Amino acid sequence: MLAEYDVIVVGAGHAGCEAATAAANLGSSVLLITMDMNKIAQMSCNPAIGGIAKGQIVREIDALGGYTGIVTDRSSIQFRMLNRSKGPAMWSPRAQCDRMVFSAEWRRVVENTDHLDMWQDAVVGLLFENEKVVGVKTKLGIDIKSKSVVLTNGTFLNGLMHVGRKQEMGGRSSEPASLGISEQLKSIGFEVGRMKTGTPARLDARSIDFSVMKRQDGEEDFHQFSYLTNHVDKELIQRPCYITYTNPEVHSELELGFEESPMYDGTIQSTGPRYCPSIESKLTTFAEKKEHLLFLEPEGETTHEYYINGFSSSLAWDIQLNGLRKVPGLENVKMYRPGYAIEYDYFAPTQLFHTLETKLIENLFFAGQINGTTGYEEAGAQGMMAGINASLKVQNRDPFTLKRDEAYIGVLIDDLVTKGVDEPYRMFTSRAEYRILLRQDDADVRLTPRAFELGLASQERMDLLTEKIEFRNKLIDFCKEFGVKPKYINAVLEDLGTSPLKQGMKFYDVILRPQVHIIDFIDTILPLRELLESIPNRRDEIVEAAEVLIKYSGYIEREKLIADKLIRLERIVITDRFDYTSLQSLSTEARQKLDKIKPETIGQASRIPGVSPSDINVLLVLMGR
Amino acid sequence: MIDQSTICAISTATGHGAIAIIRLSGEKALTICDQIFQSKTNKLLSEQKANTVHFGNLMDGEEIVDEVLLTVFKAPYSYTGENSAEIACHGAPYIQQRILQVLLKAGARMANPGEYTQRAFLNGKMDLSQAEAVADLIASSSASAHKVALQQMRGGFSNEIANLRGRLLHFISMIELELDFGEEDVEFADRTQLQALVNEIENIINKLVNSFELGNAIKNGVPVAIVGNTNVGKSTLLNALLKEDKAIVSDIEGTTRDVIEDTINLGGVTFRFIDTAGIRTTLDKIENMGIERTFQKMRQAQIVMLLIDANRPVDMLNESIAKVNETIDRDQQKLIVCLNKIDLCKDTEALSKQLIGLNEEDKLMFISAKEQIHTDELATELLKVVNMDTLNEQDVIVTNARHFEALNSALGSIQRVNDGLVNMIPTDFLAQDIRECLHFLGEITGNISTDEVLGNIFKNFCIGK
Repeated sequence: MLAEYDVIVVGAGHAGCEAATAAANLGSSVLLITMDMNKIAQMSCNPAIGGIAKGQIVREIDALGGYTGIVTDRSSIQFRMLNRSKGPAMWSPRAQCDRMVFSAEWRRVVENTDHLDMWQDAVVGLLFENEKVVGVKTKLGIDIKSKSVVLTNGTFLNGLMHVGRKQEMGGRSSEPASLGISEQLKSIGFEVGRMKTGTPARLDARSIDFSVMKRQDGEEDFHQFSYLTNHVDKELIQRPCYITYTNPEVHSELELGFEESPMYDGTIQSTGPRYCPSIESKLTTFAEKKEHLLFLEPEGETTHEYYINGFSSSLAWDIQLNGLRKVPGLENVKMYRPGYAIEYDYFAPTQLFHTLETKLIENLFFAGQINGTTGYEEAGAQGMMAGINASLKVQNRDPFTLKRDEAYIGVLIDDLVTKGVDEPYRMFTSRAEYRILLRQDDADVRLTPRAFELGLASQERMDLLTEKIEFRNKLIDFCKEFGVKPKYINAVLEDLGTSPLKQGMKFYDVILRPQVHIIDFIDTILPLRELLESIPNRRDEIVEAAEVLIKYSGYIEREKLIADKLIRLERIVITDRFDYTSLQSLSTEARQKLDKIKPETIGQASRIPGVSPSDINVLLVLMGR
Repeated sequence: MIDQSTICAISTATGHGAIAIIRLSGEKALTICDQIFQSKTNKLLSEQKANTVHFGNLMDGEEIVDEVLLTVFKAPYSYTGENSAEIACHGAPYIQQRILQVLLKAGARMANPGEYTQRAFLNGKMDLSQAEAVADLIASSSASAHKVALQQMRGGFSNEIANLRGRLLHFISMIELELDFGEEDVEFADRTQLQALVNEIENIINKLVNSFELGNAIKNGVPVAIVGNTNVGKSTLLNALLKEDKAIVSDIEGTTRDVIEDTINLGGVTFRFIDTAGIRTTLDKIENMGIERTFQKMRQAQIVMLLIDANRPVDMLNESIAKVNETIDRDQQKLIVCLNKIDLCKDTEALSKQLIGLNEEDKLMFISAKEQIHTDELATELLKVVNMDTLNEQDVIVTNARHFEALNSALGSIQRVNDGLVNMIPTDFLAQDIRECLHFLGEITGNISTDEVLGNIFKNFCIGK
């Protein structure tokens, strides 16, 4: 360890690891401090990465030169592209991971990153000078100096876990909480809140009867998380998930424990996520439902441990067990550990700039659950952006931010700093106005050039992208120009279950049919075959990208038009333009909100809850527009 | 920042009247009045209660300009939400001008067009669509326009759109639920119900879009193209319809240089009479250009009135009718054939039998503009065509071109949703079209946020792992 660093990252979870590696790869000297070096990038909840909207985020992290995608590919024990029956905006990669391999692979990445040091210790406070952060103070009593600090404390800040009436301080099952930082930040004026989340029990596979459950296997095709090729140097044994359901018997067993539940006796006051409710809140909120779906996920390639998705609970451990034993297939189940709820401190993210730097203290950045979000992917994305901006700031370079029509990461951060959170924030595709522009197939097209310019994405990434775009366009041009005749392709069309051609047309128009894919004609159209065979890397991926642009061009173009129209409001900069408190024309709520958030543009102002269109009109009128 | 200056303007119509009103608004409105107004009882205006009227002299230094009545309004209880005063003076333009000069000298400035309403808006006294309606209200020249503007100012139109948005919001929530939680334990939206809802919404938007034609007619007048040669008696006819010459409301230059429009009010409805050149065949190039413009105007009109001299040879009459037949679309337009100067015509019965090319729904009238024979019937006939009697307070009529455009785009989106449901396209595309529809409706009522959708999802559906 050195005496002084450019960037100190506190916490080595999903946010911390991305933050530390991004900052180091941009050339800053970085120290990553964690309480336990054996717990790097833990999957504290379910052993899966990606899923709807989250999978797109991981593709974006990868396109920017981050590592979550690579680590996921290396530790994957099941891969699926969700939503294949829907449009390409919804296609979402998801992988079940070996939790221990995932952690080990991340540690390997971190250990092999230049300019990146690690230190095992707990940070108990920050060092300030002139309203700037200048380092951290550790439990061992060391003051470590730095030009900037990124806090990624996860659920550790004053973490309090609940299992029934039993309470314990801690950041995660069997790990101590982090004390001191919240109090210090609160004392200098930060707004601190409390949130709640939970996790279900872990089960012993040897006690589960999988034969009565529905088995779900992964897919074996070209899809993966990273845009890089040849980075998977270990292929793990693929494992299935299983689906089963609760029933009224399960529900009555659980209801016996409601009185003992911290959720019901008022011990837990803080807000949990509505979209990820505990089994007990599902039973009360939707009392009329006779069954709830349970999804059993393997925790690894070789372990017997299973995660039971859908059964998150803070009921007493024996109540959880009795309930589980009424579930078909779990009659004799043994638990490795019960589910629990955890309450932790977070800082209202409206106290941040889009760079994730705090408005109150210069050079201090927040990322991950500390900002009231949930999810490994959301944390990783913020970590990456905070790490990038901490590094850029130290190097006196321009900040790096992403817009809402550019990346889910842009939607995520804009939502956080503009709207704040009142429950743990998770990404959904419906949060994005321009869903069809934020597809998983083209995150590299959207972001890699920007990251390359920044110095974060490697030359290899850029070359792969250039090649992809070149062949994608060649393929689209080919489809536009090549005419097909009925007698050559009708046999294929009939095999695909679509009506034969009556006259010749451009190949492009044939591809527009939903049942038809370019690859179906590889044996029929010789020039197409030659073109496809000339693609040196990632052929399937490139064909898919071309096909998406052909089949969905109408929707993509229309969305672009609307995005361009609305971008007008994003260009009207209003930073420091108004003293909102003196504008009697605004509603009281709008005055307070605008004064607190201090939006940078009219576009951002229009997204602040409590600021009505009429308030925006007032601002526009005052600007003489 | 909000302009704090005090503004003034003459609020009554220009010209001579018995009295005129000059309005003054702004922080210093009342202290300015203190300088120039001498009440009969020597009290200071700024110390008077709100909503009181005071009698006194309006002074230019030592000189009395006029005896006036001055009404005091105090913030925020005034039209603009600011301190205001209304000075009722005698109506001579000279006096009005003098008073304005006095006010300007005392520290007020002239108001810009629409500035009173802008201030009312900025001070939260009305929202944007209400402000738009105020402009319409001031400009309304007929009973129907007045009715529509009033209704809009009370928020009738926004209510209808807000109601639509509410239902669409529920719809999109169900769709988004399927999209974001498709892997989880959720109930899927019933496609038949969705289809029914979309059909209904499409119908409503369609109705609103169609109402624009009526709304536009109410606001700008029902376009009536008078087709006839110059000496056929058009102005005589207009005056006859109005029964007095000075009733012609305005002479607006048309979009083409030689088309003249006269706007007149009959039975509470505004008609815009578009005077056109005749349509007889000619070899003269310039005249042919005029005739082409006549056809253009005919196509744009809601009513085409063919005005011909009943004493011309019947062949010429039939030729004109044939020409009109080629041009107009009877599904959209009404044809009234007026045979004028029947006071000079001997046998109208026989003449009507010789006319060919008229459809059953066309109206044939024999009139004399000069002698005012059957002109009342003609007026009744015009009113019957527009049938505005059916307009009642509850009807939502779109009169604003901006709203019309937004609704038209919304209609396009909802039609794509409908097609999408029929063709079973992937749900996310349905969602994109619905979002587009919400976006366009939002241009009228205010924007939609994605939070609204999520909030609705979490409130109504069981989701989550």
